[in-house]
Amino acid sequence: MRDGDIIVTQDVNFYYGSFRALTGVNISFEKNRVTALIGPSGCGKSTLLRLLNRMNDFIEQTRVEGKVLFEGRNIYDPEVDPVEIRRRIGMVFQKPNPFPKSIFNNIVYGPRLAGGMSRTDLESLAERSLKQAVLWDEVKDILGQSAMMLSGGQQQRLCIARALAMKPDVLLMDEPTSALDPISTAKIEELMEGLKKDYTIIIVTHNMQQAARVSDYTGFFYLGRLIEFNRTGKIFTTPDMKQTEDYITGRFG
Amino acid sequence: MRQGSMKWRYLKQGIFLWVVRIAALIIAAALGGILFFIFVNGIGAVDWTFLTEPPRDSMTAGGIMPAIIGTVYLTLGAVLVAMPLGVTSAVYLSEYARSGPAVRFIRIGINSLAGVPSVVFGLFGLSLFVVYLDFGSSILAGSLTLAILILPTIIGSAEEALKAVPQTFREASLALGVSKWQTVSRIVLPNALPGILTGSILGIGRAAGETAPIMFTAAAFFTTRLPGSVFDEVMALPYHIYVLATAGTRIEETRPLQYGTALVLIALVLGVDLAAIVIRSYIRRKKRW
Ligand SMILES: Nc1ncnc2c1ncn2[C@@H]1O[C@H](COP(=O)(O)OP(=O)(O)O)[C@@H](O)[C@H]1O
Ligand SMILES: [Mg+2]
Repeated sequence: MRDGDIIVTQDVNFYYGSFRALTGVNISFEKNRVTALIGPSGCGKSTLLRLLNRMNDFIEQTRVEGKVLFEGRNIYDPEVDPVEIRRRIGMVFQKPNPFPKSIFNNIVYGPRLAGGMSRTDLESLAERSLKQAVLWDEVKDILGQSAMMLSGGQQQRLCIARALAMKPDVLLMDEPTSALDPISTAKIEELMEGLKKDYTIIIVTHNMQQAARVSDYTGFFYLGRLIEFNRTGKIFTTPDMKQTEDYITGRFG
Repeated sequence: MRQGSMKWRYLKQGIFLWVVRIAALIIAAALGGILFFIFVNGIGAVDWTFLTEPPRDSMTAGGIMPAIIGTVYLTLGAVLVAMPLGVTSAVYLSEYARSGPAVRFIRIGINSLAGVPSVVFGLFGLSLFVVYLDFGSSILAGSLTLAILILPTIIGSAEEALKAVPQTFREASLALGVSKWQTVSRIVLPNALPGILTGSILGIGRAAGETAPIMFTAAAFFTTRLPGSVFDEVMALPYHIYVLATAGTRIEETRPLQYGTALVLIALVLGVDLAAIVIRSYIRRKKRW
């Protein structure tokens, strides 16, 4: 465990029913860095990501073994409130999933329910979050309009803004650009660069170039195991493991 | 050989298509026939007096106003009771219950309830509400009985409406650190509301038309008085038809009144169902996901 690590998993196994989707995963995520999780489809990347903010709680008949330490505390301890964890560890999904509400109400939905904010607080929070997600200029005049009218790329940035409005410490992103065109993808990669100084980002991606471009660290998964974890530069130039090399050079997956 | 079997297949498909068409036609014709028959026979009796005045001369003349009012009270009462109960059950089943024997058992119960003959509900209402709880034959007892009758319809349609809300909405909300209950009340329920309303309105139509459940629990043979409280008896449209058609001494003479009452009842039920359809299609057009 390094000093600046914000999330550390220790010997994590995860089961869907009797199927073991993750085996002995030990990985740490450094604060204010971008870590990419790569690997072929079905290797457990999404499972791991959802494990980090207890979103897997909602899937029936699942089981976790091992520890997931967030700032040193195991988030699977019985006394930990998963709702609190999800406030501090936000998530962006593969498919943009705005609510059928106005743009403004999408952003302030979470903070409003969390309570303690005036209308002006919420307005400035919305502006701040939309600016962080580089969407403000496009929507500042149509905040009252339905979020469903936005393009896919705009919707995804709205979802990022919505997650940021909760002021989380960590942002989990599960293939956030896989449903988007190249221009929208570039915009999201750009905004991630700006978020790094305030947030820890963990991104699952199918796209090797994306991982190489945006991340500081990369973990390569295969069949539910973490095969290799290292600085991104190292993984993409001189990986230690043959499997990693095969994958990043496109020989399988 | 191949050619032949192809032809046979087309022929079979053609025959099947025609069977389906004819079946649909028969149903439509039967429905149209009934509506037409009642309309032709009943429209002569329906005028302003008929709708706004109580019966006169041992129910051989005058109107059916108390029965209209009674039916409206009974069905509204039934929906007011069944909707909160039904929606709560549906929320539990669709959002909270983990699949297992308990839930399977509840589902079997609900489905069986839907299959119970309505006269059994009447007897149940009689023994529980009228006699045991001592509500007497009253709007309260009748509404509660009808509420149980339409509960499965309301639970079923509410559950369907809840299931139709995309899972991604729930995930998006939960991932923001919003609690399960808030997710259900702020996201899931509002988005399921149109479907829930439609189901409840269909429940109204069902409740309005039933005779057996209210026969022992709420319906008065004859009263000119409008109900003053929920403990009063009321006349009701379906029961009024039943009474005129079976219990009078001048059954033949009152045929026009019977058809007139039937026409009013059908117009009421169809009107309510139509409202449900309009609401649903309006919301469908508005919704985009
Ligand atoms: N809800 C689920 N129930 C059962 N098995 C699942 C479920 N979700 C994922 N899995 C299985 O777990 C494995 C890992 O899935 P996932 O984490 O989604 O992989 P990835 O995101 O790397 O493509 C796969 O074999 C998948 O079939
Ligand atoms: Mg995945």
